[in-house]
Amino acid sequence: MTKQIVSMTVNGEKKEVLAEPRELLIYVLREKMGMKGPHVGCETSHCGACTVEIDGKSVKSCTMFAAQAQGAQITTIEGLGSPDNLHVLQENFKEHHGLQCGYCTPGMITRAHRLLIENPNPTEEDIRFGIAGNICRCTGYQNIVKSILSAAAEINAAKEAAQ
Amino acid sequence: MIPAAFEYYRPSDIAGALSVLAEHGDDARVLAGGHSLIPMMKLRMADVPHLIDLQDIAGLKGTTIDGGTITIGAMTTQHELINDDALFAACPIIREAALQIADPQVRYMGTIGGNVANGDPGNDMPGLMQCLDASFVLVGADRTRTVKARSFYEAAYVTERDDEEILTHITFAASDAGFAYEKQKRKIGDYATAASAVLITKTAGKVSTASIAMTNLSDVPVLSEAAAAALVGTTCDAAAVKVAVAAALEDIDPTEDNRGPVAFKMHLAGIIISRAIARAWSRA
Repeated sequence: MTKQIVSMTVNGEKKEVLAEPRELLIYVLREKMGMKGPHVGCETSHCGACTVEIDGKSVKSCTMFAAQAQGAQITTIEGLGSPDNLHVLQENFKEHHGLQCGYCTPGMITRAHRLLIENPNPTEEDIRFGIAGNICRCTGYQNIVKSILSAAAEINAAKEAAQ
Repeated sequence: MIPAAFEYYRPSDIAGALSVLAEHGDDARVLAGGHSLIPMMKLRMADVPHLIDLQDIAGLKGTTIDGGTITIGAMTTQHELINDDALFAACPIIREAALQIADPQVRYMGTIGGNVANGDPGNDMPGLMQCLDASFVLVGADRTRTVKARSFYEAAYVTERDDEEILTHITFAASDAGFAYEKQKRKIGDYATAASAVLITKTAGKVSTASIAMTNLSDVPVLSEAAAAALVGTTCDAAAVKVAVAAALEDIDPTEDNRGPVAFKMHLAGIIISRAIARAWSRA
């Protein structure tokens, strides 16, 4: 069917791609924009490996057509930090062994990022409930929870120091 | 995973959406949050040659509370319902139920209108809307009509809405009744094995009004008037609850699936309804 030009801002950069309406955002991000951090772990919208942030919401990009994201502001894991300049969540996932195979990690961290913006002082229970849309096969979650708790404490300490 | 091709429309008003529906009939569907429709399209269980994205229609978003009447735009997301403190004050059962629906990402996208219009008996909001005696506003090309949630559901995926209509708003009365939405599920994000919405008001130590509805225990949500009647006038003691639960179980018709056989679901439904009644009563 009719291809259309879809424009969106991804990690601060304006992007334009030609896409069929049926093309899912995850594939447009991965295959047309080279953002291969977000992954595909299922086809039933359960796993959350494809999670990106869209206009201040954590979204499973496998359950959105790229056309729906016309004009949107999108952040993927690539936009949160880089190997030379890790985001505090990335540092803490590394420090607390919050990943093994790494396949859920981009979605997990992107989700955790939004969770901490909405709830800067989460309890362990808040975190477990807050990442319930992200499945991990390797870690058993315990170290992911530790990583997020520790990142929250670090972010809050930095905020206090800045005041 | 790969949906079939379709034409995409993104109208900025209802009239634009209705004209595509009128032109293409049941070859067209509206897209709200997309978290039931897109999964079905990816599995090719839904064939939608013309997809109408409602996201730019401002009139479908937001909640207003006016003189005890709550009106929620169909495109209001579960996330927005949960975070709306005024709505929580006016009708707290909405937040309690919405927090048991899906997961964070799905709640950022999934809308109340999509939840109630979908017609899947697994959705939680339909039973809740029946419990609240909500009304659904349906807009078509040449008429707007209001249908009670209690008469909206005909069978699985079959509702009172015509193909050429859009469900635009949901209205119901604010409620300070004791409330509970009790849901048993296998894991986060699962549809209920059994769930129940209960509202109870108390006057002079006795149940003065009650409303009891159930989710995913038939091919449609079920309101049990007999169960509610069994509680009214009682002190909600164990004997009264037992009679109410027995009445509720008479009204359901669960089917066997991978959540369990019918006998298990009947047993579980009894437990879930009892718990919902107990919690609602404790808050009444």
